[in-house]
Parts: sequence; structure tokens; C-alpha cells
Amino acid sequence: TDTVPPQVVPGADPSARQLCFAWGPAEVLVCETLFGRAGGCRSRCLSRSPCPSRFWGEGRAGAAARALTGSVAGTGDEAPSSSRVFVLRKDQDIYIQTLRKLFNESHGIFMGLQRSEEELAGKSRKAQLVQVSKNYRSVIRACMEDMHQAAVSTRDPALQGQYSTQVSILSAMELIWNLCEILFVEAATAGPLLLRLLDWVRLHVCDVDSMVREVLSSESPSKHKLFWNVVDVFVLQGRMDEARHLLSKEASANPTSMNMYKILDDLMKKMPVPSLGNTQTLTELELKWQHWHEECQRYLQDGTFASSPHMESICKILLGDEDAILEKKELMTTWYHFLVTRLLYSHPTVKPMELRFYAQSSMDLFLGGESSPEPLDMILMAAFEFEMHQVIKECSIVLSNWWFVAHLTDLLDHCKLLQSHNLYFGSNMREFLLLEYASGLFSHHSLWQLGVDYFDHCPEYGRMYLELHIERIPLSTEQKALKVLRICEQRQMHEQVRSICKIMAMKALRNNRLGSALSWSIRAKDAAFATLISDRFLKDYCERGCFSDLDLIDNLGPSMLLSDRLTFLGKYREFHRLYGEKRFPEAARLLLTLMTAHIAPCSFWMTLLTDALPLLEQKEVIFSAEQTYELMRCLEDLTAGNPDKQKFQDDDIETTKVEMLRLALARNLARVIVKEGTVEGS
Amino acid sequence: QDNRISIWSAGDLGNAGLSGEYHGEPNLLCDIQHNGDVMDMQFLDQERIVVASSTGAVTIFRHHQNNQTLSANHRWEKAHYHVDQDTSCGGAACTGVVCNNPEIVTVGEDGRINLFRADQKDAVRTIDNADSSTLHAVTFLRTTEILTVNSIGQLKIWDLRQQRNEPSQIFSLAGDRVPLHCVDRHPNQQHIVATGGQDGMLSIWDIRQGTMPVSLLNAHEAEMWEVHFHPSDPDHLFTCSEDGSLWHWDTSTNVSEKPSFLHQGGRSTAYLSHSTINQSVVSAWLSSDPTKDRMEITNLIPNQTLSVNSLDVLGPCLVYGTDAEAIYVNRQLFA
Repeated sequence: TDTVPPQVVPGADPSARQLCFAWGPAEVLVCETLFGRAGGCRSRCLSRSPCPSRFWGEGRAGAAARALTGSVAGTGDEAPSSSRVFVLRKDQDIYIQTLRKLFNESHGIFMGLQRSEEELAGKSRKAQLVQVSKNYRSVIRACMEDMHQAAVSTRDPALQGQYSTQVSILSAMELIWNLCEILFVEAATAGPLLLRLLDWVRLHVCDVDSMVREVLSSESPSKHKLFWNVVDVFVLQGRMDEARHLLSKEASANPTSMNMYKILDDLMKKMPVPSLGNTQTLTELELKWQHWHEECQRYLQDGTFASSPHMESICKILLGDEDAILEKKELMTTWYHFLVTRLLYSHPTVKPMELRFYAQSSMDLFLGGESSPEPLDMILMAAFEFEMHQVIKECSIVLSNWWFVAHLTDLLDHCKLLQSHNLYFGSNMREFLLLEYASGLFSHHSLWQLGVDYFDHCPEYGRMYLELHIERIPLSTEQKALKVLRICEQRQMHEQVRSICKIMAMKALRNNRLGSALSWSIRAKDAAFATLISDRFLKDYCERGCFSDLDLIDNLGPSMLLSDRLTFLGKYREFHRLYGEKRFPEAARLLLTLMTAHIAPCSFWMTLLTDALPLLEQKEVIFSAEQTYELMRCLEDLTAGNPDKQKFQDDDIETTKVEMLRLALARNLARVIVKEGTVEGS
Repeated sequence: QDNRISIWSAGDLGNAGLSGEYHGEPNLLCDIQHNGDVMDMQFLDQERIVVASSTGAVTIFRHHQNNQTLSANHRWEKAHYHVDQDTSCGGAACTGVVCNNPEIVTVGEDGRINLFRADQKDAVRTIDNADSSTLHAVTFLRTTEILTVNSIGQLKIWDLRQQRNEPSQIFSLAGDRVPLHCVDRHPNQQHIVATGGQDGMLSIWDIRQGTMPVSLLNAHEAEMWEVHFHPSDPDHLFTCSEDGSLWHWDTSTNVSEKPSFLHQGGRSTAYLSHSTINQSVVSAWLSSDPTKDRMEITNLIPNQTLSVNSLDVLGPCLVYGTDAEAIYVNRQLFA
């Protein structure tokens, strides 16, 4: 045979750098790694930190680069040796125990969404989608709780660090998702938009919570040194009632400021805010607000609050004075808090499309050139700019796992918000992200079951991906194999069914579990394998002279018809049974049928004819004349058909057998002719 | 792989009655690492649990209630294995375990039946090659007889008093030899046996007569993993399946009138009154047309997704676990 010289991918140099590859649906991606040829480098084992690869424009090349950030197994510092296979884990996060709840629960929500009523239109559909979004968020929050508990209760500092990181990642995810829900899913309009954004800020900016708690729980809050900070926090977050409540404590403790307090309290009480219901139109709100704004302005200019710098600053905040608000930077902690506060006090009727301007300027003002925006900031900015694709792209880069973008994109797609964004292989973005996420699940020994459902809902490539992945699931127990089989059968993946059944049947055969092997062949309707098993039984019989596993052969039932050999086995066993029960005529008939109807393989005819011997030798004549002729013909067919007559004749045992048979047949013929020729009663 | 045996508390089961409300999520009390997949498990007594592993081992765990810990008490490492170690391909999982303190019977993919005693190191009795196919489940018929089901659709009775390694009786499905995955015996009437098959079919057998099932009920769309008669109210049967559903089969004659004693915890107090009621419905399971005799069948899972692998029922409580890594507790089954 010719040996084809191994070919190297043009351009790649395996002598200098190690290559890695990844299987795709119709191609293999090969790329160079950073690792030199001298074995794997332990120091290169990268941790779980996300890899900000230049992903988007490079299509799947980036996916392979991402794969490299997983841990590298089989490392060693030895001298260059023969090539090794490195096992790269595609998706590290899958293996984090506390995230499993996230994957499982979100799978349930995902499935519910796919199956939900598409016929619902307008408001009810939107309400349904918002509910789905809220469900996803509550799962993220539940996971955060668990992760936090785990961080608190663990004693291993490395683990604690890991959990804490995860908590902050999950928190950021929920922050982004919540904003997307407000802007995209619910598509809040001017008016309710501000209220939603206020809720969002209140929920997520929690750095001040401990301070608030401390002040509120102290004996005389108004004497607390952080008292005014807390009042400011409430005002900045638009929590007017709470602010007024605290202020009343101050007023009762400090009667001299009673006058000022009353005015401020009144202003805060009267502040017009958007309402969720349809009680007022935007124009009405704007008018009222303008009127109120002017009133505040008057009080400020009159110097009403001049003697209390705190109250004066609050009044300035109410007037939307940017500088006054910016002074409270530490209490707001983030630029988006600043944004929402600005909007509350200067443009409460802001329209969604106007957000981008305020967002950009807010960020610039807040960061003030001291610090540059972080990835999270860019993502939120993209959301305020209604650049959905940008949001998803940035999230894909920053996050180490596809969970977030896959589910969010799917939801946005259901909201009919994403036009088909064609990537180079033609599938749309939603499908691409789901495929990536599900593929990651498949590398897990148990979460792969979730991946199946995700592939089902990828119309273009899902099935192909499933076919490739499902065959690679290790089948450690029969139960696992049954589950995989059921999945394949439900999707008419006949190739995979056959292949898996063959694997299991072969394993069973090697372990001498013939019944199991047969059971697998029946499931796959694999006639060839059934023949193999039957041959094995027959071989055992020939060697040992008796059947093994009678409970199986005696109870084949209709499955006997799966293969001719199997049928023969069943019938042959029946022949033995009949013989054992001394039902000789029936046994004889059956034996003959086995040969004449060609149920028996030719190789077995000799054995069958030898089995006929005792029947021929019986005192009573069993075979009729015609049957005897048939037997003789069979014998002649057998011996004549043998091409290597020379060898046959040299084999003593065989020749003796043939001679004995011929003799027995002749004798039987003689007896039966006499018997049949005798007239009854004469 | 990190498989664990866990003990959960699902709230106070002592006095259910009116205050038998759902007390929030079950709490994890303790857990312990387990080697291999947990294929089956059963309580041996108040404190000990017998667990069957996919590695072929059978382990007794003890639950120490005073300090809420679990410890491995005893292990039979190679309860199930394939004979020829050189050519064998992988291990043989132990697929089923059943207890009758102190006796433990296990069956496995190697077609072997083991009889252990909790206090003895070696097996009391082993029937090698009891079956040429995989034995999927086992249950006690009487104290000395067991029932097994296998992957070529056979139900076998074994008499453990006898020394011969043959079943005393073999029953099989008519038609295709669909593998049987689970078996349970009627708590009071020991001749009534229920089995579940790979095609989701529920079969009811009367082992006093014939070799074929009395009734075949088309239920699930995929493998039926477990079947259980309610231990104190056997007019009720529960089955769970790979298709993600859990069916409640109800043959009680007067469906609307639920016996009040079901709301009391425990089973001993209600036992006597049960037998009088059962007399009138003695043939409910064996009737030729169960649907005509007002059998009510309910799917207890509203949004089914992944497989329900296992269930158990006691009093008014139903517990089941799914492939979505979730455990569900229903404490008001008959409300």
C-alpha cells in the first residue's frame, strides 16, 4: 500500500508552534497557538478571566481563540517530545457548580418562551415577553444569592475570590438585562420611562445601602453625622417620601429651621412625577412641572434656604442644577445614576430616543476626564443609544460564557427587534449565539441534555450540530444510552440510532451478555447484528453441545423474525425441545423444513443431518419416504456442492459421518417403503 | 463528576392536617460524595440507606440525625461486574436495589442477582448469569420471593429458598419483547403486579394465572422509569417517564369522595380501614377495561420539559426528581 505523506496546512508551521483545531459543521478550523513546540507550558495555563479577543469581525476564528483561554490539560515541562493531544475545555463556566441552577432554570424559561402563544398580539404579547424577561432576571438574582452564600460560607480564599467575582459578574448581567428590558422589551415610553429608570437605579446602586441602614437604625438619626448624606441619597433617587420623613425628624429636633423645612417639604410633596396609568397626558405633566420648577426657582432666589447649606443644596438639586448634583458624586457612584437624577429633575418627560444625548453628556460630565469608561459603561451606553447589536457584541466580548447573550438575543428576537444580521456563514445572530451556547453545554457530562432543546430551536444548523454532538456523548451506563437513543428517535436521526445501538450491542457481546446485545439489535432493527448474535449462539452450541441462555432463545417471540439466522436459532431450539418432549414426527418435520426452506445456513446442514441420525435410528419409522428422499437430496447437495472434494474425503470423521448418514437413510428408506406399501388390515 | 447523596427536609411532616401548607423550598440537611451515578436507592431502616451505583457497587449509608451527617457504613464494591475482566468492556452498573431489613437484593447490567444481609461482609447468595440480558428492577413478592424485570420484556419470579439458579416462573409480554424498566407489587393483594416498559406502556399482571399481562395501558410516550402503588391507598398508582410527565392513576370507585384519613401523617393508623374499602375494588386493577370502570388519569406536571427520573409517594406526599436537576415536593396530593 502507498503511504500518503502527511500534509500540513499551507502557512502553518507545526515545527515552531503548536496547532489547534476545532470541529465545525462542515469544516475544521486549524490555528496556531501561542505555545511553542516544547510541550505544554504550565505557566501558560490561563485562568478563567475573560479573553477580550477581537471577535466579531473574525467569525469563528475568535471562537477558537476563546477556546484557548480554558485550562490546558496534559501539561508538562519536559523536553520536546512526540506530538501530544491537548484537551481544551471550550466553556469553563459550565463547570461552576453554583451556576448550574442558572442553566437549568433558564432552560425552562427558554422552552416556555419558544412554546408560548405567538397569536397573542399587542399588549398581551408584550406583557408576556416582559414577564419572561423578569423570570430570567429573577433566576440571575437567585443565582447571585446562592453564589453570595457560597462566598460567605467558604473558607478557601481562592474560592471565595472566585465566587465574589462571579457575584459581581452576575450583578452586572442583571443590570444590563434590566436596562434592556426597560428600553427594548417593554419599550417604555416617555413618562413611564423615567419611573422605570428610577426603579432600575434604586435596585442596582446599592453601595449606599449600608450607610442608609446605619443612619435609620440609630437612636436619633438627625444627629448622625451621615444624616444629610442619606437625605441626599433619597433625593437623588427620587425617594421623596423617605426624604421627607427623615427631614421631619430634623425639623422636630431643630425648631429654628421649621419654616425652611415646611417650604422644602411642601415643594418635595408637590413635585409632579409621571404616572404609570393614563391619568395625565405628557403635556399636562410638562405644564405642571414647569410651574413647580418656577416656584422652586423663586424660593431659591429669595434666599429662603440661605441659612441651611444642606437644604439649599437640596433645592438646587430639585431644580436640576448639574453642579449641585455633581457635588454628590460619591453618593451616586455611577454616571448612569447621575443620568437618571438629571433626567428626573430637568427632563422628566424624556423620550426614549432622546436618552442617547443625555447619556453621553452624563458620562462625560461624571467621569470628567479623570477615568475612562469601562466595558460595562460602554455596554450601557450602547443600550441608551438603542444600538442593540452593539450591546450584544460588547457583551460577547466581555463575558466569558455565551449564556447571557444567547438568551437575551433570543428574547429580543421574539420581540421582533432584530433584523437578520448576516454573518459570513449566513445564519442569523440569534441562531449563531444559541449554537455556541448549546455547543458549550455539550461538553458537560450532564448539562448536554439542555443543549438538545436549544439545538432544536435553531432552524438552520441546529440539527446538524445535534447530529455531530450527540454521537460524542460518553455512554457510561445503559440508562444514559437509552436517553440519548430516545432523543435521536424523537428526531428521526436514524443513523445515530443505528450507530449507538451497534456500540451498545457490541459492548454487550464482548461482555457475553447475549440477551442485552439482542435487545439493542431489536431496538435498532439491526438484522445484521441479530445474525451476528445468532451465529454466536450457534457457535457456542457447536462447541459445548448445549444452548446457553435458554431463557432468551425460548422466549424470542416475534423478534425472531428480525433476521433469518435468528429465526433459524429459534426454530432449531424448538426442534430440540420437541425432541426432548419425544414428539418425534413434529421434530422430524421441523428439521426437514429447516433445510428445505433454506432457513438453515449451509454451514449448519451437516449438524442438522447429524441431528437427524437418532431419528432415523429409532425403532419406529419417523421419516416418510418422501421426507427420506428429501434428506438424501440434502445430503447429496451438501457433499456434491463441496468444491474441495479431496479434503473432504481425507477427513475421516466427516467421511464416517457421511457414510453413516447414507446407511441410515438407506435403511430408513427401506423400512418406510415397506411400511407404506403395506396395506392396512391385510 | 460530582455525584452526591443528599438528605433534604421538606418541612414538618408530623401534623399535616389543615396546616399542611407548602413550607417553602426543601432544605439541604447533609450530603456526601458518591462514586458513580446513583441508579437506585432505598431506605433500609430509619437511619440507613442502600444505594446502587453505576460502578457496580452497593453502599449502605448511615444518616446520623443528631449531628445531621451522612457516612458510608458498608460497601460491596464489586456487587456487579462483567465476568471476564480481560475482555470486559466497562463496568456493569447495579440497576436496582430493594430492601427488607436486614436483607438487601440487588440486580444489575451483568444479569446477576445478589442477596446481601446488612450485617454480613459477603453476599449471602449470588445468582450469576441469572439473566442473559440486563435486569432493570427488582422488588419483593413475598419475604422469600422476588420479582425481576429485564431488557427482553420478561417478568421473572425467583424463590430464594431454593438452591437452583432458575426462576420459578417466567412471564413475558405478548408481541414485541419491549424492555421492562420498573416493577411494583400491590401492597395488599400480592398477586397484582405492575410493570412499565420502554415504550411507556403500563402493564398489570395477575401472577396467579397465565404468563401474559392482564391489561396493557398506553400511557407515556417514552420509557417509563418508575411505577409505584401508593403504599397505604393502592387504588392509586403513579408512573413517571422520560417524556417528562408524571401520571396519577386513580381507580378508587368514588372519585369525588376522598377518604379523610389520608390527611393524617403515617400509614399505620389508616391500615385497617383500608382493607374493607379495598375489598369492594379488589378487581379494579384487574378489570379488562379499566377505562370503563372510571379510572381517572392525571398528569401532575403542568409544564413538562425534561425526563422525570424517579418518584416516591407516602401518605399525602409525592416527591419526584427531573433531569432539569430539580426536586419537587407535593405535600397535598389528594387535596
